[in-house]
Amino acid sequence: MTFLQGIAASNGIAIAKAYRLVEPNLTFETQTIEDTASEVSRFREAIAKSKAELEAIRDRAKVDLGADKAAIFEAHLLVLTDPELNGPIEDKIQSDKVNAEAALKDTADMFVTMFEQMDNEYMKERAADIRDVTKRVLSHLLGVQLVNPSMIAEEVIIVAEDLTPSDTAQLNRQYVLGFTTDIGGRTSHSAIMARSMEIPAVVGTKTATEEINNGDLVIVDGLKGEVHINPTPELVEEYRNIHQQFEAQKSEWAKLVNEKTVSADDHHVELAANIGTPNDLKGVIENGGEGVGLYRTEFLYMGRDQLPTEEEQFEAYKAVLEGMKDKPVVVRTLDIGGDKELPYLQLPKELNPFLGFRAIRLCLEEQDIFRTQLRALLRASTYGSLKIMFPMIATLDEFREAKAILEDERQKLIAAGQKVSDSIELGIMVEIPSTAILADQFAKEVDFFSIGTNDLIQYTMAADRMNQRVSYLYQPYSPSILRLVKMVIDAAHAEGKWAGMCGEMAGDETAIPLLLGLGLDEFSMSATSILKARSQIKKLRKADMEKLANQVLNMQTTDQVIEAVNAATK
Amino acid sequence: MAEKQFKVTADTGIHARPATLLVQTASKFDSEINLEYKGKKVNLKSIMGVMSLGIGQGADISISAEGSDSEEALRSLDELLKKEGLAE
Repeated sequence: MTFLQGIAASNGIAIAKAYRLVEPNLTFETQTIEDTASEVSRFREAIAKSKAELEAIRDRAKVDLGADKAAIFEAHLLVLTDPELNGPIEDKIQSDKVNAEAALKDTADMFVTMFEQMDNEYMKERAADIRDVTKRVLSHLLGVQLVNPSMIAEEVIIVAEDLTPSDTAQLNRQYVLGFTTDIGGRTSHSAIMARSMEIPAVVGTKTATEEINNGDLVIVDGLKGEVHINPTPELVEEYRNIHQQFEAQKSEWAKLVNEKTVSADDHHVELAANIGTPNDLKGVIENGGEGVGLYRTEFLYMGRDQLPTEEEQFEAYKAVLEGMKDKPVVVRTLDIGGDKELPYLQLPKELNPFLGFRAIRLCLEEQDIFRTQLRALLRASTYGSLKIMFPMIATLDEFREAKAILEDERQKLIAAGQKVSDSIELGIMVEIPSTAILADQFAKEVDFFSIGTNDLIQYTMAADRMNQRVSYLYQPYSPSILRLVKMVIDAAHAEGKWAGMCGEMAGDETAIPLLLGLGLDEFSMSATSILKARSQIKKLRKADMEKLANQVLNMQTTDQVIEAVNAATK
Repeated sequence: MAEKQFKVTADTGIHARPATLLVQTASKFDSEINLEYKGKKVNLKSIMGVMSLGIGQGADISISAEGSDSEEALRSLDELLKKEGLAE
């Protein structure tokens, strides 16, 4: 048995067999073959196995994703059995006396080049189909297994170097009990996904993909950030107990599901949830969310090969607004760039993507994309309590420009006879220090602020949050960060506006007492953190936390702050 | 040998789904079936052959079949093209 220490990214305990989401090695050497007849039959066998595999994937996709999405696999099947592809491959094996791998690769490459050179976008994409199919046949020739996450049909723990949004989109939630990854931290995509799927995860183990084989029994301890590989029966038993205690604690918290969030001295704050798709609403409601504080719309744009239409977006926004039944829903407009790429936009690689062309910067430039989203939001606005928030605002000019575009679309829709709500609040994410510093001026024009702490901390500390070697600088309790947070909250209140927070910090046990003391109005967090936070806030007196907050603002180091919070709240 | 001419009416021409349907139908028969467009002839059982022709709306195409079930093959393909509104 082996043990790995990583970062606890999502609460809970999972015990299951490992499923490695790791691309196998498909390299081979060209060889001279004497017995070409048996080489041809080896090739035909690989085709037959690939066919069976693809048919199973297609049938699964039909059920899970609909005939529309399954059509791509129909096309793959035809490529796989194409006589004009397989004929030349078999000829080549016989005439050149080469192994099937080499004949396959050479012939397929020829077709790929041919399709790539066509001046029709659709044809160019077919080159990708041929590559996919070739990979599958090659895997059977080499006797290795391609990863087929959509085919998982038993309870598993996913082991990967990292999980991309398109990986997670393909996972069948029913069977995935937990994740563990080599890289990442609490705020990386895989961690956020795990929390929204409400499954335990340990990220940043560095060596999970090296140490864990397919089928190994694995325990993911998302409470302590530990991964145990092939544990002893005693340890499994111990973890089953911890799992039960955790579930018992959860059902204790569950009693608070319909209660308001009030402090011991009767001050109300709003506990809202961060979501990525309408599917996450179930978790929000089950965990007693008082609203949605951050709807990350970029998931609508990910894991696909073209932009979502206005209609698709409208349906998603409408579903979330209706699902929340008039409770507030803060929708963040497209925040792409940084660690979130959209291959089909073909944006140039940047040296510093987190400081580059992303979020509102991209939307103000690529206005077609932005306007489509705004129209979908405006049309959906009559189905609930919609608030729109722009990400990565650095200057008032950017906010004014984005607002003008929104107003322009609103007027056009109204002129066309479309009903649009006239009470949509318009706010900004505060995640760039320049905006926090100038919050008093912003507060005159926006309806609300939502502090995005993951980015605010990385920009204030000048420390890339994806870089493990500088991860010690991710210090949410640093007095410097707390002062910025205070500036934003005070600026909002001075203008009669509200201030929320939608970063990880809002659901953090140590940060909550301070944020309550600083006067934060809305805390938006992973749905699974809400009940725990509600139970914590019920025990805190706001008046005491104000005193605590005032003390820590004048401290020197993060450790001093943590100590003071522990002393005041234990 | 059986042969028939068509004019493509589908606005996307013959790729994507239409090509898939044609190849799937042709593959059910033993006959050798060819598709001809602008003097280029390809195997209608080959998706890559069909797509490489880049047949657009308004194109004049010809389908020929040779073999024991050639008549039946051509009839099925004719039905498919018309039923799906791809060609007439």
